[in-house]
Amino acid sequence: MECMDPEERKELQLERLKKVVKLAYDKVPFYHKKFDEIGLKVEDIQSLEDIQKIPFTTKDDLRAAYPFEMVAVPPEEIEEIHASSGTTGTATVTCYTKEDIDIWAEISARAIGMAEGEKRDKIQNCYGYGLFTGGFGIDHGARKFGAAVIPMSSGNTKRQLEIMRDFKPAILTCTPSYAMYLGEALEEEGYGPEDIHLKTGIFGAEMWTEEMRKRIEEKLGIKALNIYGLTEIIGPGVSNECLERNGMHIQEDHFYPEIIDPNTLEVLEDGKRGELVLTCLTKTGMPILRFRTRDVTSLVHGKCECGRTTVRMTRITGRTDDMMKIRGVMVFPSQIERGLLKVSKASPNYQIHVTRPDTLDELEIKVEITPEIFSDEMKALDQMKYKIAKSISKEIGLRVDVTLVEPGSLPRSEGKAVRVIDERNFK
Amino acid sequence: MVVKQISVFVENSEGKVKKAINEISKEGINIRALSIADGTEFGILRLIVTDNEKTKKTLQNEGFIVKESEVIVIGIPDEPNGLNSLLEILEGENINLEYVYAFANNKTDEAVVVIKVENYEKAKKLLESNNANLFDEKDIANL
Repeated sequence: MECMDPEERKELQLERLKKVVKLAYDKVPFYHKKFDEIGLKVEDIQSLEDIQKIPFTTKDDLRAAYPFEMVAVPPEEIEEIHASSGTTGTATVTCYTKEDIDIWAEISARAIGMAEGEKRDKIQNCYGYGLFTGGFGIDHGARKFGAAVIPMSSGNTKRQLEIMRDFKPAILTCTPSYAMYLGEALEEEGYGPEDIHLKTGIFGAEMWTEEMRKRIEEKLGIKALNIYGLTEIIGPGVSNECLERNGMHIQEDHFYPEIIDPNTLEVLEDGKRGELVLTCLTKTGMPILRFRTRDVTSLVHGKCECGRTTVRMTRITGRTDDMMKIRGVMVFPSQIERGLLKVSKASPNYQIHVTRPDTLDELEIKVEITPEIFSDEMKALDQMKYKIAKSISKEIGLRVDVTLVEPGSLPRSEGKAVRVIDERNFK
Repeated sequence: MVVKQISVFVENSEGKVKKAINEISKEGINIRALSIADGTEFGILRLIVTDNEKTKKTLQNEGFIVKESEVIVIGIPDEPNGLNSLLEILEGENINLEYVYAFANNKTDEAVVVIKVENYEKAKKLLESNNANLFDEKDIANL
């Protein structure tokens, strides 16, 4: 499946798309109503491009369907239930049939395969076991793959390190920030990569950077691979990096990806950055069509060095929730942070002010001064401002103004920094 | 011999300089010399004080960003051309000045000049060999 001829795969995708659209229309009142509202018939889907006729499904739609409104099968066919944390609102629930769990196990097993997995390997799984899909997703995959899973779940770092040294797992699975933490804790205990036997790590469930990858790889002596997934679709394994570490291979036989402009909602061409939209082609418990992930990425088609022909998605660079459009260019706080970090390791607090004094957007970055960037010379401070502005400009491709402000002077809300203040008036 | 100046980052808004100075004086620290470099959005408050450690701690506790840097404090004749003769010495050796501030000392007939140069060691040696009246911490405390 992973190395199949792309044209053949398209045929398979279309066949599956038609099937899932029919299932959704017939069995899920939400889709039935949505299709009827715009006069869309199941038979109207005759090519992969026709998918664009189908309305989007949003996170809010799924919340409104809480808990089981989206389920397409009778209760006796549901085998497992997971849910998102619900930190940003009502939780979204996903119900899996036996077949869905098989699909999930299959894609997760492929991720283990990409991470150089062998049947004799042990996998230290530190994703949380519970409603969260991380722990069980890897667990299902490890079983399907035939490797041994050590179901550590998250937390208890001391014990994690003990098991890591004594059980000699070959693959580590957790969030990138926990991998980093484990690496640091290992060092603190007086050990290093030579004392453990990990060869790869499969890290996901949060945004991370190339700089972080390098540091994790050094600290643990491994190749660190990026995994992507979301509860609404299935869980981890929707896409995963191979050892080339050059984009995550989307499991296209099960998920159909599109990239859209989050403002115009138009589908963008290959290579353009925008919001990822996913359609589940094979899931039966809860068929989801054109789900707006809010994650920003781009797609790269073509055969990978590893031999796989599946489309790759680039590292997630932001969420459309915190995306700004400035002079027509998409800008994310994470890019500004990256620009700042290149100048000052201490990662100063900052705030982005967007204004439109006349007809053109202006971008001002207020940076709280740190001992690292302060100087007693005005000239040096001016140069520092220029350096920061240049570094940020390089990241976002727009000219910015940088203002240095006193520490603690930027407003915070409930301890969390307020990153963006958009004062543009669009009335 | 080294004299260290305390520099403080202050925003160009009302009361900021006053707040910094207030905090220092509350601790009974005496300011011997002061200058403000002003930019469009912020300024740098530069201070020569009697107790650097205490000053630093006090200001940092109040959230100020503080830096200590080596400066040359020197006594020159309080008369026309007094400063020029000093500058000529430095210029002769191509030592660039970053900034200068000066004040008259009432106790003697000298004026006191604070200078920040690019090359501190070189400037110090040069001035010493020219018998310049370089101040140390004790001299500053007696100002």
